[in-house]
Amino acid sequence: MKIKESKVDKVFDVILFIILTAVLLIAAYPLYFVIIASISDPTAVAGGDVVFTPIGLTVDGYKEVFENKKVVGGLLNSLFYTAVGTCLNLFVTIPTAYALSRRQFAGKKFVMCFYMVTMFVSGGMIPTYLVVKSFGMLDTMWALIVPGALSVYNMIVARTFFESSLPEELWEAARVDGCGHFKYFVKVALPLSKAIIAIMVLYYGIGHWNNYFSALLYMKTEAKYPLQLVLRGILIQNEAALAQQVTTAAAQEAMQKQQALVEQMKYALIIVSSIPVMILYPFIQKHFVKGVMIGSVKG
Amino acid sequence: MQMKGKKGKAPKVPVKRVPLGKMVKRDIALWMFVLPGLILTFIFSYIPLYGVQIAFRDYVPRLGFFESPWVGLKYFKQFFESPYFFITLKNTFIISIYSLIAGFPIPVLLALALNSFKHKRYRKVIQTVTYAPNFISVVVMCGMLTLFLSPSSGMINKIIEMCGGEAVNFMANKDYWRHIYVWSGIWQSMGWNSIIYFAALSNVSTDLHEAAVMDGASKLQVVWHIDLPSILPTAIVMLILSCGSILSVGFEKVFLLQNPLNKGVSEVISTYVYQVGMINNNPSYSSAIGLFNSAVNAVMLIVVNKIARKGAGISLY
Repeated sequence: MKIKESKVDKVFDVILFIILTAVLLIAAYPLYFVIIASISDPTAVAGGDVVFTPIGLTVDGYKEVFENKKVVGGLLNSLFYTAVGTCLNLFVTIPTAYALSRRQFAGKKFVMCFYMVTMFVSGGMIPTYLVVKSFGMLDTMWALIVPGALSVYNMIVARTFFESSLPEELWEAARVDGCGHFKYFVKVALPLSKAIIAIMVLYYGIGHWNNYFSALLYMKTEAKYPLQLVLRGILIQNEAALAQQVTTAAAQEAMQKQQALVEQMKYALIIVSSIPVMILYPFIQKHFVKGVMIGSVKG
Repeated sequence: MQMKGKKGKAPKVPVKRVPLGKMVKRDIALWMFVLPGLILTFIFSYIPLYGVQIAFRDYVPRLGFFESPWVGLKYFKQFFESPYFFITLKNTFIISIYSLIAGFPIPVLLALALNSFKHKRYRKVIQTVTYAPNFISVVVMCGMLTLFLSPSSGMINKIIEMCGGEAVNFMANKDYWRHIYVWSGIWQSMGWNSIIYFAALSNVSTDLHEAAVMDGASKLQVVWHIDLPSILPTAIVMLILSCGSILSVGFEKVFLLQNPLNKGVSEVISTYVYQVGMINNNPSYSSAIGLFNSAVNAVMLIVVNKIARKGAGISLY
């Protein structure tokens, strides 16, 4: 069945195309600009000549990034915190979600209520800080990963997945054969749940990688800073410091060059810090979207 | 979300009444599964919740949460009487209402536009690209803003200069601060927030569309009379949820974009809580402000939910 398109509809299509293309450009250009600015000659970037294509290819910015001890240290710290943190998250979240998806679990209502309460009320920044402090976790990795070990939202997403993907009959059959919950979980439930484990790894992993707030609160030693906190120092706090240094006219030119290099390093830094997420992105997109869908059915 | 407690639940299998003790014993394995989470949540969510009472006490580290002397509403009074009360409350309200008004319709419109756009591959490209900014960390986002808006070398100022204008020091001018905050947020989240509406739209039966087209409806009419009403419930639920957090403008981004020059418009309740508690070292006062903030949020959520229930018959609970 094909109905001839009316004039109004054609105009509609054209306008739609223009709007969506504009949205695409707005979303993509800043990201694209960061990429080309990170590999262009810094003075060209500072002069505003780099618009569509990189000019005077160079990797000095990236060299600066990898020669910077703080950045490399932060990168390694972040990788470690993310790996350990995500493992802990999975260890806590997946079993909880599994148990809550079992229909005959008598404590289900109580446990759900227990978690729902924490979604609506919280003690706030300072009381939480004091609790973390009283456990002697200040300035250790544990302060970053233990307090948020279970995200209620993620747990609900995983529970919904288990509810819909593990039919009750399967459990009944296993139970008749003398299989307990523990064995069933390890041998049947987990192998059937690779998709949800991937979603959880991504949700939690990116959360750890991008988090700076807990580190700001709890970390005191610079050598233990995760990447995001190092980035904050370089990207956001030092601009004012550089601006103050310009004093004499003679020094100004050298300063400008140096500043241009610093700026280029910042672009490179943005790219380097986003690489782990970028590599995963095509994979992430599919799974993240699926996660949002599962989560939105039962919030 | 919108289904909660109403329909969509699987019919319950009748469970034989078993005494509690036996039930716990039967489910002992499942209790072991939930135990680690329960313990951690108890320690890091419930103890701080109980510890909120330091807002009513003069907290002395040596005496802890429960032994410090009781001072009643002293710190609440102090906050209500301080000049920061009005400033932070005003800033928080303005920023969140501005974000809500500007940021709420855009994902809805984007989803509607994407849904009516029939070129599948191009649509996929647009979706992939608009979701991407969501994964940028706050620090990188704010770093990009500082780079782009820099008065000497920023991309935005180069464009302004090219068009014959004069470079503006955006970050130092407090008139721009709110716009920068809100619109960068929209840039980052519009694609991602549209997912939920797009999903709701893909559930609309194609029969409806075909019938409308047969009856001679234009595409715009289809959007207006079929698509929009079908995502309205989702949109209202999302609106209620965002109203519930109207006083919780996130700390992270505001804090990073703050500098002494824009503090007049950028000091919000959450950054003030941090300032008082962590920098000025006054945990009791800080907790009182935080508690006030949560209380207002809870009231907002209830009020807006009531309005939505009366007006549109949609409710969270």
